Amino acid sequence: MNIVVAMKQIPDLQQIRIRNRKPVLDGVPAALGIIDKNALEAAVLIKESQGGKVIVLSAGNEEVEETVKEALAAGADEAFLVLDDELDGADGSVKALVLAEAIRKIEDVGLILFGEGSGDNYSGQVGSRVAELLGLPQVGYARSIEINDSSAVIVRSLEDGDEIIEVSLPVIVNVLGDINEPRIPSVTQILKAGKKLKEVLELEDLAIDLTGLPEINMVSNLAPETDRKQVKVSSVDELLQALKTEGVI
Amino acid sequence: MAGVLVYSTKQGLALELISAARKIDETVWAVSINDDNLAQALAAAGARVFKISNPDLTVADTGAVAAAIKQVLDKVNTDVVLLSSDRRGKELAGRLAQVIGAGCLTDVTAINVEGSKIECQRNALGGATIATQYIEGPKVIAIRPRAYEAAGAGNGSVEELAVEIKGAAIKVIDFKPKAADTVNIEAAEILVAVGQGLSDEAKLTDIQDLAARLGGEVACSKPLATDKKWLSEERIIGLSGKKCKPQLALLLGISGQVQFTVGIRDARVIAAINTDENAAINYMADYIMQADLHDVIKELNEKL
Ligand SMILES: Cc1cc2nc3c(=O)[nH]c(=O)nc-3n(C[C@H](O)[C@H](O)[C@H](O)COP(=O)(O)OP(=O)(O)OC[C@H]3O[C@@H](n4cnc5c(N)ncnc54)[C@H](O)[C@@H]3O)c2cc1C
Repeated sequence: MNIVVAMKQIPDLQQIRIRNRKPVLDGVPAALGIIDKNALEAAVLIKESQGGKVIVLSAGNEEVEETVKEALAAGADEAFLVLDDELDGADGSVKALVLAEAIRKIEDVGLILFGEGSGDNYSGQVGSRVAELLGLPQVGYARSIEINDSSAVIVRSLEDGDEIIEVSLPVIVNVLGDINEPRIPSVTQILKAGKKLKEVLELEDLAIDLTGLPEINMVSNLAPETDRKQVKVSSVDELLQALKTEGVI
Repeated sequence: MAGVLVYSTKQGLALELISAARKIDETVWAVSINDDNLAQALAAAGARVFKISNPDLTVADTGAVAAAIKQVLDKVNTDVVLLSSDRRGKELAGRLAQVIGAGCLTDVTAINVEGSKIECQRNALGGATIATQYIEGPKVIAIRPRAYEAAGAGNGSVEELAVEIKGAAIKVIDFKPKAADTVNIEAAEILVAVGQGLSDEAKLTDIQDLAARLGGEVACSKPLATDKKWLSEERIIGLSGKKCKPQLALLLGISGQVQFTVGIRDARVIAAINTDENAAINYMADYIMQADLHDVIKELNEKL
């Protein structure tokens, strides 16, 4: 059984500066979504106990080929990439069509893993869209996954409790950020990652029609105004005095 | 536009969606799945409810629920759907959007109708920015809990609807309720929020003590609840937790990643205590104290 892990390339959020309330994305390095790494770790753990192959799947611009090395170092066996500048920042409806079509090209897929939300948008819709496109069952907010031959027992964590679900494979699972602690690859693993198999396709290699999709338009995207006082206090007494003057205690 | 369809499995959230829907259109359709109480409550708030009763349909099966809602949409001929952005709603949102060929926005904190556009606000870039976006064409919009007041009394109706569902793809074999933490940090005037700077779980009693002295509630950063499990997830501030606007937020040992600060930036006064003088949280704070939080807590508890 092959396990596909969908991973999204995002700008490294720690390095985004705000200027005149606008995010400055120029020169910000690319990274993989944080929760996507939990999805990868979940896949690698299943592979280590039950065998099979972990294939990382990503759709984005050319840079993805470099970014995805981190996933190959952290335990993925192969990468399946769809690279096209048009996919840079594309809407979830576009990404879903691309990912679903790519998954159709991969053999013997039993499990398709996503993170509960991407690191930048945290919208959490692509996994659900792919499930619909492939006509597969899905389980979101997974806290644990146990594979038994042709089915899985998955714990879906909801606000008010845990739902234990039995579902037959293949299934799409969106994992929670706290399902595991992703491993940090060693230097040798990083060096070896460059040699792992990468299948790279372009958009035109896929039989999909991207016209007529719903459009999402951006009116504005601004950082909220903040004007905090940033006063340093050097003792608890000074702090208490300041809070009293503010009238909050 | 022929009305707006709302759906949530939770009564409180569904009532909030009715309020949000009324900003868009007077006609509000609603769906209830195997839940008579919900159907009655929504009708009592003025919605025209389609009540689906079908033992083969479980709300845990996102694909089946999306298929059922599609059948309702075909009947009422609208293409605007509001869902709740709780976990059930968010998981459903993308699937339903795919079924009806819609654009989808989740975690929406406010909607504004500008002519024929429904402008939606949501956090972007991990919470660093607030994006205002609108969808062209059919739309599925998932709205954050408590973004709108629950709808008041109205004059609705309930109509039974039979839907066709393929065999269940998902079997729920058990449900383990979480020990309920009924705290509502969003309503608190004072929050004492603690992060990974806290050395061990036993020290939490001092934090609780301090919160009680101040007449506030204990809140936390995400890892404290989801990784360490020292506090309930109800107490998380931030992008995947709660958005709070207390008079005072006392932040202890929290680094200030944007996913956290997005939940506290509306506080009136923020005081941050951190051993790191360059912690990002300091740029978000009115009062900054570079100190070990454990010492500060001890002293505060003595002096308050
Ligand atoms: C999609 C997504 C959603 C997320 N949603 C949320 C969310 O809703 N809420 C949230 O909080 N996080 C969220 N996160 C996680 C977030 O990115 C950070 O990892 C998290 O907020 C860090 O928590 P922290 O500040 O407690 O821990 P750390 O970043 O580890 O910071 C600990 C701080 O404590 C200080 N410290 C250490 N010892 C002491 C001491 N003795 N006294 C005083 N200070 C000390 C350190 O200097 C440091 O600044 C999300 C992440 C992602 C990817």
